[in-house]
Amino acid sequence: MGMTIAEKILAAHSGRARVSPGDLLQVKVDFTMANDITGPMAIREVRNLGVGKVFDPQRVALVMSHFVPSKDIASATNAKTCRQFAQEQGCIFFDAGKGGIEHTVLPAQGYVVPGDVYVGADSHTTTVGALGAFAAGFGSTDTAVAMAMGELWMKVPPTLRFIYHGQPGRWLRSKDLILHTIGQIGTDGALYACMQFEGEAVRALSVEARLTMCNMVAEAGGKAGIVPVDRVTLDYVRPVAKRPYTVYEPDPDASYAATYEFDVSKLEPVVARPWSPGNVVPVREVAREKVEIDQVFIGSCTNARMEDLREAAELMRGRQVHQRVRCIVMPASVAVWNQAMKEGLLEAFADAGCVVSTAGCGPCIGGFMGVLAEGERCVSTSNRNFPGRMGHVKSETYLASPVVAAASAILGRVAHPDEV
Amino acid sequence: MQVLRGRVHRYGKNVDTDVIIPARYLVTSDPDALKPHCMEDIDPDFVGRVRPGDMIVADTNYGCGSSREHAPIAIKANGVSCIVAKSFGRIFFRNSINQGLPVLECPEAVDATQAGDELEVDLGTGNITNLTRRQTFKAAPFEPFVLELLQAGGLIPYTQRKLRQRGVASS
Ligand code: SF4
Repeated sequence: MGMTIAEKILAAHSGRARVSPGDLLQVKVDFTMANDITGPMAIREVRNLGVGKVFDPQRVALVMSHFVPSKDIASATNAKTCRQFAQEQGCIFFDAGKGGIEHTVLPAQGYVVPGDVYVGADSHTTTVGALGAFAAGFGSTDTAVAMAMGELWMKVPPTLRFIYHGQPGRWLRSKDLILHTIGQIGTDGALYACMQFEGEAVRALSVEARLTMCNMVAEAGGKAGIVPVDRVTLDYVRPVAKRPYTVYEPDPDASYAATYEFDVSKLEPVVARPWSPGNVVPVREVAREKVEIDQVFIGSCTNARMEDLREAAELMRGRQVHQRVRCIVMPASVAVWNQAMKEGLLEAFADAGCVVSTAGCGPCIGGFMGVLAEGERCVSTSNRNFPGRMGHVKSETYLASPVVAAASAILGRVAHPDEV
Repeated sequence: MQVLRGRVHRYGKNVDTDVIIPARYLVTSDPDALKPHCMEDIDPDFVGRVRPGDMIVADTNYGCGSSREHAPIAIKANGVSCIVAKSFGRIFFRNSINQGLPVLECPEAVDATQAGDELEVDLGTGNITNLTRRQTFKAAPFEPFVLELLQAGGLIPYTQRKLRQRGVASS
């Protein structure tokens, strides 16, 4: 029996000829990351281990993303802890104004490459599987051990195969594909598993759009998401790769725990209603209900890269954000922010009445900037709409693609882009 | 290994780490600071009600969502002795083991247990006895390696021991 991509990567990183789902391995790790929330605890545990130095400072990154610039003394202290540790160890450090959200910055700058095992102290580490790497999220303690030792115990996950056929309609985005998929399989439908995304419709996607799909693997309970490497991947990776990479193809006789197939020509744009990313319904259905909103957030590690901002700005140009709505735009990284500025996108947003804010997580996590009050309703391009996720426990979040979010901002209610 | 005994706090499916400890409190990882806000967005009375040794019993996918290790830290800070669920979010499962908080999967025990019941959990055998209803169930046993981690007191002490064996200095 052959192996899947995930199995091949894990076998190669544990010195085995072959591995099967359920095998417990000590896995060599190529890259590790923690952010301003998970970093301080990871640093404390690295120190507790008493190793003195991390395994390789150029493979350890600390990215300040959640509360940037620091919102209060406590978050400033956390950032300071990370900054000092990075300085002392000589590891990679992205401060406010330098990097952005880790899941956007690290693949775009070639720190993680195809064939890697990447351990990150953040659940959305799965995002980077879009490059054909095995990227999984862990807590601070596990990540600390990976940072100190360069290896970590892992269990080989079963792989679930998701094949998308056909041509998408005008407004269907990769966000709709992944939301639709989570709606089908449920928020624990990929628990402990690796989701492998393929098919004609995935091959037609840019790397940015594939990152969106692998991002929300976390919302299906998955351990990792993976897209087979193709020309599109290599065009993205080659100019930026910081290290040599390895392309792993799945064996034709690899075994999958399940296979799901979709005809994307039959799918339409969707939203996830509160309070679950699995609560997925067609946008048109909600649009008919005239669900009024108070805020729109175009940002997060799910959807705030160039393609996303270009499309949202296109819809906003020459129009105004509805008087009832605050629309917050946060590019996912500083590089995206700068490029969006050069292309005049930030100006288009500002002219339409949006708040254009610093690169970072912002309202996605409900701790800082754009926090929702009791009873407020938000359309967000992020990935989670749990109770209280973006603020008050009685606030509501609808998850959507950037085009649906922009249309909703203009019309002041959950809206289909066709209506603009 | 220990036998635990405690009263049950019962929850449904998909209890995520955002409701276990909301992001607005994630400026610290100090157990004492996190403790008063545990379960605040799903069960505001939890902290007032919980007694040392109590247990959380929940349906599927307990601890899904964010990787914040603050979640098991906040639960442990409130004296919860273990969690029994039909299934767990995978990062939460690992985080709990790493924090020395036992987490057991046993769908049958979950279905047969209600809030306020008293449970006895034998971590060695995986036996879960509902003392209130006089029923015993068997949880999926820990993998030998996971048991080794729990016995060592979590991944950090386990790794320290490995380092000492390799002769690398450890404080
Ligand atoms: S944007 Fe949201 S989901 Fe992504 S890393 Fe930041 S807080 Fe987490």
